[in-house]
Amino acid sequence: MPPRRPMGPPPKLPKGRMKEVFVRLIKIVSKGYVLNLVIVFACIILRAILSAYGVSLLKDLIDDGIRPMVGVANPDFHPLYLVVEKMAVTYILVVIMAWVQSRLMINVSQDALRNLRNAMMRKMQTLSLKFFDTNKNGDLMSRYTNDIDTIRQMISQGIPNLFSSIVTIIAVFYGMVRMSWQLTGFVIICLVVIVTVGKFLAGKSSIFYVAQQKSLGKVNGYIEEMLNGQKVIKVFNHEEEAVADFKTLNEDLCNNAKRASIFANIMMPVMAQMSNFLYFFVAVFGAAVIIKGYLPITLGTLIAFLQYTKNFTNPITQVSQEVTSVVMAMAGADRVFTLIDETPEVDEGKVTLVRVRVNADGTMEECEERTEHWAWKKPTEDGFELVELKGFVEFKNVVFGYNEEKIVLNDISLYAKPGQKIAFVGHTGAGKTTITNLINRFYDVNSGEIIYDGINVNDIKKSDLRRSLGIVLQDTHLFTGTIRENIRYGRLDATDEDVVNAAKLANADYFIRHLKDGYDTVITGDGGMLSQGQRQLLSIARAAVADPPVLILDEATSSIDTRTERIVQDGMDKLMDGRTVFVIAHRLSTVRNSKAILYLENGKIKERGTHEELLSMRGDYYKLYTGAYELE
Amino acid sequence: MIKKIASCIGEYKKNTILAPLLMIMEVLMDTMIPYIMASLINKGLSGNGDYNYVVKTGIIMLVMSVLGLAFGMTSGINAAIASTGLAKNLRTALFNKVQLFSFENIDRFSSSSLITRLTSDVTNVQNTFQMIIRMCVRAPLMMVFALIMSFKLNAKLALLFVVAVPVLAVVLYFIITNVHGFFKRMFKEIDNLNNDVQENLLNIRTVKAYVRESYEIDKFERISETIATIAKKAERILVLQMPVMMLVVNVINILLSLIGGKFAIYGDIQVGTLNTMFTYTMQILMSLMMVSFIMVMLVMSIASAERITEVLSEEPTLANKENPVTEVKNGEIRFEHVSFAYEKGEDKDVLRDIDLVINSGETVGIVGGTGSSKSTLVQLIPRLYDVTKGSLKVGGVDVRNYDMKALRDSVSMVLQKNEIFSGTIASNMRWGDKEATYDDIKKALDLSCASEFVDKYEDGYEYKIEQGGTNVSGGQKQRLCIARALLKKPKILILDDSTSAVDMKTDALIREGFKNFIPDTTKIIIAQRISSVMDADKIIVLDEGRVVGLGTHDELYKNNDIYREVYDSQVKGGDDDAA
Repeated sequence: MPPRRPMGPPPKLPKGRMKEVFVRLIKIVSKGYVLNLVIVFACIILRAILSAYGVSLLKDLIDDGIRPMVGVANPDFHPLYLVVEKMAVTYILVVIMAWVQSRLMINVSQDALRNLRNAMMRKMQTLSLKFFDTNKNGDLMSRYTNDIDTIRQMISQGIPNLFSSIVTIIAVFYGMVRMSWQLTGFVIICLVVIVTVGKFLAGKSSIFYVAQQKSLGKVNGYIEEMLNGQKVIKVFNHEEEAVADFKTLNEDLCNNAKRASIFANIMMPVMAQMSNFLYFFVAVFGAAVIIKGYLPITLGTLIAFLQYTKNFTNPITQVSQEVTSVVMAMAGADRVFTLIDETPEVDEGKVTLVRVRVNADGTMEECEERTEHWAWKKPTEDGFELVELKGFVEFKNVVFGYNEEKIVLNDISLYAKPGQKIAFVGHTGAGKTTITNLINRFYDVNSGEIIYDGINVNDIKKSDLRRSLGIVLQDTHLFTGTIRENIRYGRLDATDEDVVNAAKLANADYFIRHLKDGYDTVITGDGGMLSQGQRQLLSIARAAVADPPVLILDEATSSIDTRTERIVQDGMDKLMDGRTVFVIAHRLSTVRNSKAILYLENGKIKERGTHEELLSMRGDYYKLYTGAYELE
Repeated sequence: MIKKIASCIGEYKKNTILAPLLMIMEVLMDTMIPYIMASLINKGLSGNGDYNYVVKTGIIMLVMSVLGLAFGMTSGINAAIASTGLAKNLRTALFNKVQLFSFENIDRFSSSSLITRLTSDVTNVQNTFQMIIRMCVRAPLMMVFALIMSFKLNAKLALLFVVAVPVLAVVLYFIITNVHGFFKRMFKEIDNLNNDVQENLLNIRTVKAYVRESYEIDKFERISETIATIAKKAERILVLQMPVMMLVVNVINILLSLIGGKFAIYGDIQVGTLNTMFTYTMQILMSLMMVSFIMVMLVMSIASAERITEVLSEEPTLANKENPVTEVKNGEIRFEHVSFAYEKGEDKDVLRDIDLVINSGETVGIVGGTGSSKSTLVQLIPRLYDVTKGSLKVGGVDVRNYDMKALRDSVSMVLQKNEIFSGTIASNMRWGDKEATYDDIKKALDLSCASEFVDKYEDGYEYKIEQGGTNVSGGQKQRLCIARALLKKPKILILDDSTSAVDMKTDALIREGFKNFIPDTTKIIIAQRISSVMDADKIIVLDEGRVVGLGTHDELYKNNDIYREVYDSQVKGGDDDAA
């Protein structure tokens, strides 16, 4: 379900910005479709003129085609035929114009929407994690849903209707003035009254609408919270209180909704009857004028004029409606453009990762086929040099904070030799995960440097750097698709056999085979049908199939019970074998056999050494390790 | 389905009936006026004209129009009251119904699906209901009245409508049914697209870590293209609707002009009649358009109405027996050959033949691997689910014989999936005891070791909790949930993996407090880490829904392979969690 839009009316844009957004949107819409748009607008203009002309034919029909012949013994039907012919041609043309106009707009609007959506996604994929940290998911989501939808309405209906209404008003006005400027003046005066009343009602209605949306937001929020916690309500016998609180909110909503709905409902009859009044006034006024002979107006003129009054009021009310919709769409378009204009994650890295063949003499040579070897391709002044990828990672005096004021890591220095397992332990918020986020450059250090196989990570192309690192995150989210596809996410060209082997390594094979469709079981809704532990196993399998030289395990086994973990451990050991591994774990059993264990506190390394060394130090690690026995 | 929903109209019955009745009157006025208009032109303007007649009919029309306005407004007001009232009643009925749901009922629907039913589905039904009591009356009536009036004016000319209306109806029907299929597909694709965006946002770290940006872009663009393609197909049919209608209307108008013109020349009709016939053409066209619009809306909201009805017709799977026992004597628990299955069918049992006695005041630990049904076992105690076979007794009485409220007041449970609610710490605590004073709260918070962080808040117990408890950490949330459960002063306290995010030292402190301050309460603790249950009076080892070990730590360590294995992995080699 798409997230609900934040309640209340969308904020209006300042005038200057609105123009900017509008022009930009028009450019996008007209891209490749200039001819289409020209034809569309030509059709709109022609259609409005022809419609107005069609009404004036009514006068001819009555005054030329019918009245002169009434009562004549052998009437001449030719004038009548002539007018009807004119009418037929005009009316058919109007229909054709209407069809051409909307038919041509289909491709224009759908392609523009597709391009906007794609542009957003393309940009989104290049943005840094900082962007995602500071923007709410729901807010980003609504740009793909609500905002795109308001833009769709504006392109396919708002702008054409607005334009067509304006042209119609002009054409009808012209037709009316030509028939009788006196009657036209009378109509205009009446219209001013109608528009004023309409505006007053619309203003009132929007106040109540806002109030309604606000209490709707409250009620929906309450429903969401309570139903998500429904099991807790049951356990605590809290049903009656929940019902009572809900009742108050619901009554409140009902009252506000009632008011908003009443105003919306009376809008229609009020506007309809007001234009009826106008119609009568014109009819009576016109009839009186004809009878008294004040003005040289014929019956045909009056009837055509009455038709004009009807055609005049509709576009006027429509203009104000469409203007509101365009303003709303502009706010949406602005949000879409803001996303498209975000600055992408900077990547100045030039060093790339390539597959190499190791020749008999120990030299390396770049190659296409899968070998067991990788190398960093480092551009030098004359060409490039190849540096073997080994997985040597070094932190030198690294300082980092997610924002300037709050330093999370302070002067961190450490190194992991190829094939070593380095563990981070410490309390929540000590900065363990942050360290691993710096290795793959999810974030960049404030000062200090991280060296990877002798190369500063800032010099390595981000995508290649990340390709060399496998990562298993604490919160495992999966993608809609089969289990197989989810594991293959680690390496897109993995064969089915590779996938199964990886699953076996992670000990996921057993439970996968017991699912209804085995590896082809489709996961939906973030894998809600799988337990957190099972999802972690899949995520380990995903890392296994990627087969990276360096592995980062961030609480990879936290949701797997200890007994299962022991079984997985075996596979994990195989996975870690020969790789540089950074591991973060709550469970000390997971980190015990590490080459080095770093105890972090408040962003600093407080203790470091092997398990035995740290125990003998009797420091914080020791306390953490023996916590259970301290009290006894 | 309609009956179920209609029953929620309740006190708004009057408005529901008045709205369409008044609408009939409005339509009557709307169709009468052109008829009078015809006579104004015909009689008032024929020959030298009759000024008095013009003014007289003008006034009649004005009065009718004012009446029309009055009817229209009152109809609108009644419709607004009825539809918002129905929405209110539906929401109340749904919400109250959900409160009666057992865990089984909740599992069947899932929370997110229930939320949709209470929010957007209700709004859909509200809008459609309003449309039904207004437009569904207006559109067909308008057509019928306009037809009647036009026949009254001139039956021969009116025959044109009799031919045209079915033609239009068929064309409209064809377009709507064709477009509907495309739109259904399109909505599905739009769901896919939204889902894809959401997954990308949730998985952004995974996408980046595996450098799958271009893969994700390709995937997204494929869906995006599909939407564009389907939308184009649908709109190509849809854009025919307006031109086709205009065409039919225009053809009628041309024929009216031609035939009507001839009639007028022969003196069979007058010009005013012709003019009014044009007006009726428009009215008939408008009502047909409205009908087609209503059809689309109806189809869309039927699904919503069905989803709402499903909830309303769902029978709570648990109910109190007649004359239930309202007092739980003590915290003794007896499982007598209990089996349990979430779904019917052979070999679906997740608990098999459980036979256990837990004495009042005992502390019992439960360990076992993922999927060993630890949570299921304890959820039977407060009768969140009913046993499938056997009998479960609390305080010597089968749980099915208790008043559920009384039972659950005595059996306090901290669920694995903890939820705290928006409000203050105090308001959350008072879920456990409505009348709890600050002193009572303090005691509970002390016991659950939550005071250590709550006391640091400037607002103390009035500290505001955000929705979903996002402004406290996982461990803090767990401790608050334990405090809330303690405030019930239960005879049995169940902690389902409730201290997993609490560090070991605090965890031990909490257990120590239980021992000293609530010695008479039966305590059941499910835990991943053995140290949380090691000092229990009894430890139950579960494996695949069976009790495979029961005893103290020392006994189990000696005799139970599974227990020893787990213990060794965690403790002997040196382990444990260090939050």
